[in-house]
Amino acid sequence: MAMAALRREGRRFAPLISPRPITAVRSSPIVPTHEDEAPIGVRYISTQVVRNRMKSVKNIQKITKAMKMVAASKLRAIQTKAENSRGLWQPFTALLGDLPSVDVKKNVVVTISSDKGLCGGINSTSVKISKGIYKLNSGPEKETKYVILGEKAKAQLIRDSKKDIELIITELQKNPLSYTQVSVLADEILKNVEYDALRIVFNKFHSVVSFVPTVSTVLSPEIVERESESGGKLGELDSYEVEGGETKGEILQNLAEFQFSCVMFNAVLENACSEQGARMSAMDSSSRNAGDMLDRLTLTYNRTRQASITTELIEIISGASALEG
Amino acid sequence: MLRRASMLLARRPILAASARPFSTDLPAAPSADATFTEAWTKVIPNMDPPKTPLSFMQPRPPTPSSIPSKLTVNFVLPYASELATKEVDMVIVPATTGQMGVLPGHVATIAELKPGVLSVHEGSEVTKYFVSSGFVFIHANSFADIIAVEAVPLDRLDVNLVQKGLAEFTSKLSSATTDMEKAEAQIGIDVHSALNSALTG
Repeated sequence: MAMAALRREGRRFAPLISPRPITAVRSSPIVPTHEDEAPIGVRYISTQVVRNRMKSVKNIQKITKAMKMVAASKLRAIQTKAENSRGLWQPFTALLGDLPSVDVKKNVVVTISSDKGLCGGINSTSVKISKGIYKLNSGPEKETKYVILGEKAKAQLIRDSKKDIELIITELQKNPLSYTQVSVLADEILKNVEYDALRIVFNKFHSVVSFVPTVSTVLSPEIVERESESGGKLGELDSYEVEGGETKGEILQNLAEFQFSCVMFNAVLENACSEQGARMSAMDSSSRNAGDMLDRLTLTYNRTRQASITTELIEIISGASALEG
Repeated sequence: MLRRASMLLARRPILAASARPFSTDLPAAPSADATFTEAWTKVIPNMDPPKTPLSFMQPRPPTPSSIPSKLTVNFVLPYASELATKEVDMVIVPATTGQMGVLPGHVATIAELKPGVLSVHEGSEVTKYFVSSGFVFIHANSFADIIAVEAVPLDRLDVNLVQKGLAEFTSKLSSATTDMEKAEAQIGIDVHSALNSALTG
């Protein structure tokens, strides 16, 4: 009798390392994360399942931490470039002003977004702003077209605005961003798209946690002439002497193209910085979330383990007391 | 302590509005923004309107009544700001119509640049850069904005490479067939001969 009890005890200690067959059959495959205690006598979920989940959550935490580090280093590299390029668009705005509310027939919205995901909400913001500008500039005899840079905006805009998309450009950041690349891009856009006003939508980088959606307007030379003749903001433009070239129109054409490429260059750099910054904060909150999840799972694991030990002890003791009579 | 708190409170909205924390109120600028923001809020009431470049820029001073003594120059390149609001006596820019000297009080001008030498005169010292091309805006308030695609100080140029490049493009021009190739070769020759004269002259 005592031998039987000992034998049973011997068997009982082994399953602490591996799950008992009865428990494995009874336990549900889904991990219950509720903290409330079940009535006594019920077998809890197997610790193996909880341990597997803990391992995968820990791996996810490591991955997101690594992604955050990578994003931080990429941000450092590109931030200096973006800040140096900030002086580039200012002379144009100083000369031509900024007229986002200009009323033109042909609008082109250039939406700049990222190719890769996991960067928080910046791409959705850009797309929402682009759609807002589309709505703002809709009216009789007016048309608005999209030029899309980046996969994420393409995925969102292609769903409902497919017929308004003129040009889609992806894989912008395959090679490090340079002015030559962006000017070739700008050239392509200007060649293929008819425009009266180009509105470039991007996220301006203020700091690692703040990205401001911004829209820059570049007007075509004809509209610049029209606005300067009608006075108002561009009225002073007539007072500027234009040197060189055959006609003023030619110089203004070159000016508009140059302005577009400069503004695009700055916009693309700022958006890239915002993307990396947003990815850093997204990955940071994700690692923190994984850490919280891990804590909760550890508690569940310990509780499960202790509950199964308690159950076994109860069985042993009740078995022993039943034997004693 | 109260004074500091009120200073902080006063400074914070400006900090929020612009990337440059020390910019003062924008004089005439908000009018364009105001029409835009109003139109936006009417059509899309749920979202904040996007910012526009005017809110990120320091405003330029208005035209003074008398000619100022110095010219304020901003010389920017895509990857750096060479000179930012630097006060100088004179700059000589290589406009398409020839070398143009800019002094304070110059009439407002927009000029396109051709490859050539840009020299900045400050007191007795002269800094020379070779500029590939770009634009120069001279405003009535004696501000000059020079935007160039590429600019290098003259001492960074290598004479041998310039000669080689010139010979290469001359041969390309003679062997060019399409208009595109001819144009490219011609541009190469223009730039290299300008480089040459910059180094020799």
